[in-house]
Amino acid sequence: MEVKLFGAWPSPFVCRVEWALKIKGIKYEYIEEDLYNKSSSLLKYSPINKQVPVLLHDGRPIIESMVIIEYIDDTWKQNPILPTDPYRRAMARFWAQYVEDKFYESVKRAFFTEGEEQKVAVELAVEALKPLDQELKGKKFFGGEEIGFVDLVAGWIAHWLGVVEEVLCIKVVDPENFPSLCAWMKNFVEVPVIKENLPARDQMPGFYRMLRQSGLASCDGKQQS
Amino acid sequence: MAEEVKVFGRWTSPFCCRVEIALRLKGVPYEYIEEDLSNKSPLLLEYNPVHKKVPVLVHGGKPIAESLVVLEYIEETWRRNPILPEDPHRRAMARFWTKFIDEKCMPIMWKSLWSEGEMQLKLMEETKENLSILERELNSKKFFGGNSIGLVDIAASFLSCWTEVLQEVAGISLFGEAKHPILFKWANEFMSSDAVKVCLPPKDELLSHFRAMKEGMSATKAGQN
Repeated sequence: MEVKLFGAWPSPFVCRVEWALKIKGIKYEYIEEDLYNKSSSLLKYSPINKQVPVLLHDGRPIIESMVIIEYIDDTWKQNPILPTDPYRRAMARFWAQYVEDKFYESVKRAFFTEGEEQKVAVELAVEALKPLDQELKGKKFFGGEEIGFVDLVAGWIAHWLGVVEEVLCIKVVDPENFPSLCAWMKNFVEVPVIKENLPARDQMPGFYRMLRQSGLASCDGKQQS
Repeated sequence: MAEEVKVFGRWTSPFCCRVEIALRLKGVPYEYIEEDLSNKSPLLLEYNPVHKKVPVLVHGGKPIAESLVVLEYIEETWRRNPILPEDPHRRAMARFWTKFIDEKCMPIMWKSLWSEGEMQLKLMEETKENLSILERELNSKKFFGGNSIGLVDIAASFLSCWTEVLQEVAGISLFGEAKHPILFKWANEFMSSDAVKVCLPPKDELLSHFRAMKEGMSATKAGQN
């Protein structure tokens, strides 16, 4: 039962899939993609999005990182990532979607814009953090005592957001305003499966500076993930 | 005794329609509460404090928001007439197509209907391409779910009366029998199925609603010039 993962080392979307695979102890072959020169295999397996990550299980591709994580959870039952209770599963899916739609999208907009447009995007991002911080109150992780679906989806905040803040010279997560979120960020990167599977911090600013420049240079700021 | 089910919705919203279709398909009795979005009820704001939007499903007093999250909850709570396949890979494909509809098809089509000039032409082209992609996925199947309505069909409900009405209001042609015959046939099958037809808003009232919205937008624009 062969498992392959097409990824790119700086991508938080790829990382969240790797975390899910490692939590479950699934052996897989990792194939690094050059996002500026995508392989014919990637384009064959993900013809619509043309993006990483792509999980290949027994030759069948699964695309979209959150869809992949649910697939992993559906297929391999050990160390569940989503709760079993339907209401708690709904809450997990709700918050994961919130992180993607409200926070990530604002940060992405801030990353690929300048001036007033960027300022507005940063304000929206900071505003979007408030419900997240509230949701974490009294909890070590979004998943409770152990990391779960929302933690994996929000995980980029704990390692990648700092790089974005550095590249843009902005501050989004202020410890004074978001104490629960900051505590979560520290706890999250200390979880062994996460700590051992993070891209090298010192190599990230260079990559992301280049990504931002190429995004700003293209007419409508099309981004790659 | 079965716990009470309520749906907070808006008759003009295809997102609310999705929830009602799913409940009807599964034969789940529910109370429908119509919301005035210009004057949201205290209950709605209590049940969905994060987004303050409809639809919200309340089951035994517990609220779930975001239509796709609600659909998955309905599927997991009431098992008869499943809307997702058993097989994890087919489930993943259904979730992928649902995301494609929700994150690409719908927003781009919506924007194309309300924009003008060069931007509108560009968005119209993108919409037609997205609809062609959906057509290729549908292929020779009766529904996206196969022989019966599934999650993807329900997610695509906006392609029924909404698209017809909005094209008329915007005065543009995006989706029709000539351009997308397979999808057009699907829309008719979908709209005439028992669970769906009772949930669709009356076409003439929907037309009046969106005409009034367009007039309101034009008046605002004229006032700003």
